[in-house]
Order: sequence, then C-alpha cells, then structure tokens
Amino acid sequence: MKTMMAMITTVAIAAGSSFAPTSLRAQENNAETLSAVMERGVLRIGVLGAFKPWAFRAQDGTLQGIEVDLAKRVAESLGVEAELVEVTSANRIQFLEQKRIDLIIGGMYDTASRREVVGIIEPGYWASGPSLMAREGAIESWDDVAGKPICAKQGVIYNQLIETDFGARLMAFAGNAEGKEALRSGKCVAWFYDDSSIAADLATGDWEGFEMPVDALFVNPWAAAVPIAEKDGAFGKILSGLIYGWHEDGTLIGLQEEYDLQSTAWLANMHDSFAYDRTFLAD
Amino acid sequence: MLEFTAPLFLALQQTTGLNFSPFFDEYDLGRLMTGVQTSLLLILCVLAVSLVVGLLGAAAQRSRFWVLRFLVATYIAVFRNTPPVVQLLFFYFGLGAFTPQVDMGGWYEPMISSFGWAVIALGIFGGSYNVEIFRAGIEAVPKATSEATEALAFSPMQTFVHVTMPLALRFSLPALASNLISLAKTTSIAYVIAVPEMTYALSGVWNDRLNVGEMMTLLFVYYIAVVAIISVIMGQLEKRLSVPGLGK
Repeated sequence: MKTMMAMITTVAIAAGSSFAPTSLRAQENNAETLSAVMERGVLRIGVLGAFKPWAFRAQDGTLQGIEVDLAKRVAESLGVEAELVEVTSANRIQFLEQKRIDLIIGGMYDTASRREVVGIIEPGYWASGPSLMAREGAIESWDDVAGKPICAKQGVIYNQLIETDFGARLMAFAGNAEGKEALRSGKCVAWFYDDSSIAADLATGDWEGFEMPVDALFVNPWAAAVPIAEKDGAFGKILSGLIYGWHEDGTLIGLQEEYDLQSTAWLANMHDSFAYDRTFLAD
Repeated sequence: MLEFTAPLFLALQQTTGLNFSPFFDEYDLGRLMTGVQTSLLLILCVLAVSLVVGLLGAAAQRSRFWVLRFLVATYIAVFRNTPPVVQLLFFYFGLGAFTPQVDMGGWYEPMISSFGWAVIALGIFGGSYNVEIFRAGIEAVPKATSEATEALAFSPMQTFVHVTMPLALRFSLPALASNLISLAKTTSIAYVIAVPEMTYALSGVWNDRLNVGEMMTLLFVYYIAVVAIISVIMGQLEKRLSVPGLGK
C-alpha cells in the first residue's frame, strides 16, 4: 500500500511538472543523448588531457587516470564503447552544448552558474578546493599574497577570489604546465590551484623545495555533467545511480589509493553516508 | 559609468537573457577596462617597436658589411618562418628563464614582465615583415633619383636619409598598413603568457559567467573598431604624404 501511494505521488508530481513551461523542452528530448549513444554504440566522454592523475597521457600515448577509469566504467555499464575526447576547462561546456561529447567527467566544480547551462549530476564523485603551491617559506598564510603576482590557470572558477578577497595580482595561463613552469622560473610567487592537484604534484618528487603552505579556501564537489535537458531523463538518472554506487561500494576510495593520493575526509564521509544498511539480511 | 549602463543591460538580460556582465558588474567592468588599456598600450608599443626594427633592418640590409646583411637575412628567415605564438612562448619561458630577478621587498619578480616580453616578441615578429616591406619600397625608388643626388654632391648617407627613404616610405605605405593591422590583431595571442589584454580579460569573464557568445561578440566588435581606427590613420597618412605624380 505504501509503495502504491509513493508511485501515485511520483506520477502526480511528474504529470504536474510536465505542465510547467520551464520543463517543457526538457520533457521533449530528455532521452536524445542516450538513444543516440545506444544507436552509435559509442559514448563520447570529455576528459581533461593534462590533469594528472585524473586524466593524462601515459608513456604509450593513451589517456589514463581516475576520471578516464570512471568514464570507461560508464561506457561499460551502458554496454557501449568509450571514446575519450580531450577537452579543456575552458571549452568542455561548449563541447557538451555543441553535442561534440555526450558527457563531461573533467574535473569540473559543481556551481550554481554551471547548473544553469549543463545537467550537473548529483552526487559529485570527487571534491577539492583552491590552495597554493609556493617555494618553501615564501608564503605562510593567505594574507601573504596581497600585491604579489600569483600564477593560475585560465578558466578556473575561483580565480577571481584571490584578487577580490586577498588582493593578489592574478596571472592566468592557458594550461597547468605553463602556470607551474611560470612558478618554477620565478615569474610569480605561488601557483593557485586545487589542493588535490597540488598534492599530486608534490607527491611526484619533481617539486623539491616547494610546499603547500595553506589550507584550501573551501571544499567543492566535482560533478559529471550531461546536456541540461537530460539531467532528469534516463541518462542523468543512470549516471546518478552509477556515481552513488561508486561511493557506496568503495570504488572511488579504491581509486584514490590506487593513484597514491592522500585520503580525503570528503570521500570517506560520502562513503559512510551512502552506506546501505544490509544487516537485515543476516537473519 | 555603471550607473548609466547597469539599468539598461540588466533589463536586456531580464528580457532577452543576453548577459553583458561588464556593463553592470563592477568586477567585470574592471577586467574589461584593464583589458582595453593593456590591449591598446600593447598594440601601440608593438607597432612602434616593429617600425623601428623594420627601418633599422632595411638600412642594415644596404650595409657594405656582409656580416650585417647576413644577420638581417637570418633574422627575417627565423621570424617570418615561425608562428608568433611559438615565438612568444619561446621568449617568455625560454629566454625569460635567464633574465635577472628583481627584489620587490620580500619577494622576487622577473625584470621583464609578461607585457614586456609580448612587446619584444611581437615587435620583432612584426619587424621582420616591415624590413621586407621597407626594402621593397626602397627598391621601388627609381635609380635616376640617386644619380641626380650624386650629381648634386650628396653623400650616400644624405641620399638615403633625405631622398631615398622619404620616397621609399610612400611606396611602402599600403603594404605597411596591412602588416600593421595584422600585427595589431596578433597582439590578442599575448593571452598565452598571461598579458591581461582584451582576449585574456573577456575569456576570464566568459569563464566565470558562461556568457561566451556575448563576450565573443564584444571581442569581435572591439577588434573591428581598433582595426578601423588604424586603417583610418594609415589612410590619412597616405593622403597627407602623397606627392603629385609619384608612383603614377
């Protein structure tokens, strides 16, 4: 009886929402991408190219990394082939809007303004926040950046914070490599980027004499994204379910260990809060 | 400025969804203004450097010393045959790694800023074309004029400065105008070394606000305006300097 009531409610809500003008377009073609993917037999996933260890070119030229791994898992679940398309943080949304890719798994922060243009999938699959990499002793706190040149990457959503909140002079480069090279050759005092990525860089041993001297300003989840019309369609719901499962069954924590990343409180919390109580099966 | 534009552009956004954020958001307006100032200053400096390099190069090409002529030929070959983006990155990251650092009171900054490198790299790039443009102009000056100056007992230097160059400049103007316009547009690539010119500023805005179409339109209109101004100036210059009968 209870399930019956729930079903009726769901149908009623669905019927009600279909009359709302905002969801009209969404209702019309909210399965377009999924059916195109199934027909094509290929899922085109936008991943970043130089984003170690989430997505990067390995020695043999193939794309590897945590996000590449996740992208392949999505394709495998759908029973189609995965086609990895290299995108940048500045063009990934345009690629999705132009239907050059079906899905973004590209280190993208979930933000209110992005939710207006793409279908952000809940829950997020990773989380990180902005921090600094600098020469040992050069920076002690966030207030130390005032008036100094700080390197960053173009297209990163929080770039303006370091100018507006801390009065630094931002120098944003097109890629991570250029930004970090600029730090190494002394063109700026620090590299302003994600703590997760900085930790990964420091772990490689290539950054002797550098450190991450400050805590992240905030923690923001990373979300996969589908065309906005399909967020609440089958494609969006499949992805939501997959990501929920990756948290619940420890896939994401496993990848964190596999790629030698420091364990984060956020992933552990997600794992705990999504854990499904199966103790009732015991007897 | 914002108090005049904000109501208009906010209304535009509400009615049409078009988001021209620099005209109602203070931070974006700041980025736009920095972008316009940096871009105009960059264009001015790059054009000036390219003209000086072009004139010096064209003069050196006529030198009696083969070493000097060889150096100019090498310079032209290298800078005309490599893309300006590659040159920018080479100057900034390659040579930039060897330039001295300046103590700014507790931290260090390179002696030559990214703006400085953009002026040097693009100025030299544009200059390599200007050398050839001026050479073509010099070669178009009829031999008879130098024979006439010789008869008037001008030294070769006097002939070059007072007769050949002024005439050569007039012959060069049309080609020079198109090269300067092309060079002004090329300054947009300075964003790769984080020079906060227009392309850099507006791509920053569209990354934060996701108003890509609107900001690209603004960028497009800006460059059309800049090029139109340069065209008018060069056209006026050509008219002012025209000598009746020359080149006809």
